[in-house]
Amino acid sequence: MSDVLLAAPSRRSLSLHDAKVRGIIYQVLLAVSLLALAVGIAVQTASNMRARGIPLSFGFWNEAAGFDINQTLIPYDTLSTYGQAFWVGVVNTLYVSLLGIVLATVLGFVVGIARLSPNWIVSKVAASYVEIIRNIPLLLQLLFWYNAVLKTLPAPRASIELPGGIYLNNRGLIIPEIQLYAGAGTVGLAFLAATIFCVAFWSYARRAQNRTGKQLPVLWVGLAALIGLPLIVFLLVGSPVSFVTPDLKGFNYRGGHQLYPEFAALLIGLSVYTASFIAEIVRSGIQAVPKGQTEAAHALGLAPGKTLRLVIVPQALRIIIPPLTSQYLNLTKNSSLAVFIGYPDLVQIFAGTVLNQTGAAVQVMAITLSVYLAISLVTSMAMNAFNQRFAIVER
Amino acid sequence: MQAILKGLVGAAVGLVVSSASAATIENVRKNGVLTCGTNSATAGFSLPDNEGKWTGFVVDYCRAVAAAVLGDAQKVRFIPLTPKDRFTALQSGEIDILAHNATWTSSRDTSLGILFAGTYFYDGQGFMVRKAENIGSAKDLDGASICVTQGTTTELNLADYFRSHSMTYSTVGFADEEAVVKAYDEGRCDVLSADTSTLNASRQRMAKADDSVVLPELISKEPLGPAVRQGDDHWLNVAKWTLLVMVAAEELGVTSQNVDEMKSSENPNIRRLLGAEGSLGKDLGLGDTWSVDVIKQVGNYGEVFDRNIGKASPLKMERGLNALWSEGGLQYAPPIR
Repeated sequence: MSDVLLAAPSRRSLSLHDAKVRGIIYQVLLAVSLLALAVGIAVQTASNMRARGIPLSFGFWNEAAGFDINQTLIPYDTLSTYGQAFWVGVVNTLYVSLLGIVLATVLGFVVGIARLSPNWIVSKVAASYVEIIRNIPLLLQLLFWYNAVLKTLPAPRASIELPGGIYLNNRGLIIPEIQLYAGAGTVGLAFLAATIFCVAFWSYARRAQNRTGKQLPVLWVGLAALIGLPLIVFLLVGSPVSFVTPDLKGFNYRGGHQLYPEFAALLIGLSVYTASFIAEIVRSGIQAVPKGQTEAAHALGLAPGKTLRLVIVPQALRIIIPPLTSQYLNLTKNSSLAVFIGYPDLVQIFAGTVLNQTGAAVQVMAITLSVYLAISLVTSMAMNAFNQRFAIVER
Repeated sequence: MQAILKGLVGAAVGLVVSSASAATIENVRKNGVLTCGTNSATAGFSLPDNEGKWTGFVVDYCRAVAAAVLGDAQKVRFIPLTPKDRFTALQSGEIDILAHNATWTSSRDTSLGILFAGTYFYDGQGFMVRKAENIGSAKDLDGASICVTQGTTTELNLADYFRSHSMTYSTVGFADEEAVVKAYDEGRCDVLSADTSTLNASRQRMAKADDSVVLPELISKEPLGPAVRQGDDHWLNVAKWTLLVMVAAEELGVTSQNVDEMKSSENPNIRRLLGAEGSLGKDLGLGDTWSVDVIKQVGNYGEVFDRNIGKASPLKMERGLNALWSEGGLQYAPPIR
């Protein structure tokens, strides 16, 4: 008897009157129709493209590109393939984004903390920076840096000469090229060894402090190792480095490395703009830490600097990191504005020149979108992992 | 960019596409207006005047097509396009015809789903440098930084030229012609490279135009022409013969001024051109007076050239290769019969 009663609900659960069953059916229906929509769009696109004779294949990938790119971090020339041009674009985008993220973070933290400074002028300067910069569209700022600042530098023949064989003109900043000789590798190894030593010493010093309460001079020992060891090796192997100073020849300086104004304008614009948002995130993060924490730290005898570093910032980071991730993603995506000031990033090279030379609009745009998506997802994942280290551990 | 996105959405959804791919001429008639993609701003070729009315050499070609199909040269909607976006806009059906400073090449004819309908301007790529550099030949350009428009044959020719002469250079590329000219004018580059027609036109926009000179070398052949989508032969014929009728009119001495008198001419060639004899209009699916409309409202090839870029314009370009074949040029219309 009781068996029958117990079995009844499970039989009924297969009927449409059960909310759970209906739920599953709805989910399946939604998934199927979404899938059908996606397939439908893909099929329709493919047939439309075929009908109008637009190339559908990715065959262009291995064809010779035949155009030049002025700033490449990986080997590229006119005989390289469209595929190689794509990688040049990806690397250039990553390069400017990574440098931008580092600069924006440093500047943003400095400004954010400065805004909380008890010094009236410092805090007002920081506040004005934030309010002015974040309220002007980024594109205008980029055009300002490029057209109003960097393009007004003198022509190559009237270059501004800086000490150390460095020249500044409207073609960019030209610095001496470093040439390495045999033995330079040893110096690099010495630097690596010094770095490993530093990490080991730092971890030893921490353990020693936990055990005995005594502080070891980590900073001084570290600096001595990092600078001293490579320097000694450098002198021992006989200075295996020479600088090739740039010469004015023909149109511009030859020899030496050139930092292009397009790159500089993009990097400055992105960093300055994003830093204004990061400053606000940092300020709000710090202010969100209860004042009692500061007072408690002071009561324990911690100096203001240590209070900030050991008590406030670690707690503020929990609040800062998630919105900081969004700013990093924004900076990376905003780097596509490069197209307006002529920096060869992914959009300029691939979704610009390659798209136009091959006519493969759908394929090129699909690839470009996927690359930005991939970069953003990886950044998010890295920041989430970082965040987990700082998140409150509930016991 | 916008054109690309529109193109993508169009291609993806398939609505724009299916309505546009059928018969372009039916669409144009239904809408009562020709949608024409042109240069965004190239003096003499395509530029809105003070009152916002589009004028220029390629603009007049669009007006001629509108006169042929709709009987009214004013019924054109102009869509300014950057070189980067122009073919996508045509592929996707956003425009009916592309009248741009676009070079006719084999790959564009075969792999982009478009066809060129002729050559309205025979051009070649050249270099502009500042006089102060004292450069007499393109062979002295080693190490120069060169401003170019992205997504053009200019970029490719440049790479070929410098590679074959074992010279180095660095490009500064922008999608927009205006940005390219500005960068050169402000001294970011030593050299501006483009089709010579564009080089001359861009002088109009430079602050210090007289300080620059165009080098004598032409490094490429650049036949500029209108383009239409593949798979619509009727429309291709309309685009092609509108241009050829304008050339033929110049050959036969028919102008916008004398076209009405010429209708009663005894010359059978003129009578066939103007539809008094033969069936060109009917065969093209256009009205009997279409060629008269084109010549009367827009003019013959020579008139259009002189008015916009030739001796009656601020650009003062020579006819050169664009003179009639009978005067040593390349403009030649096949017989109308």
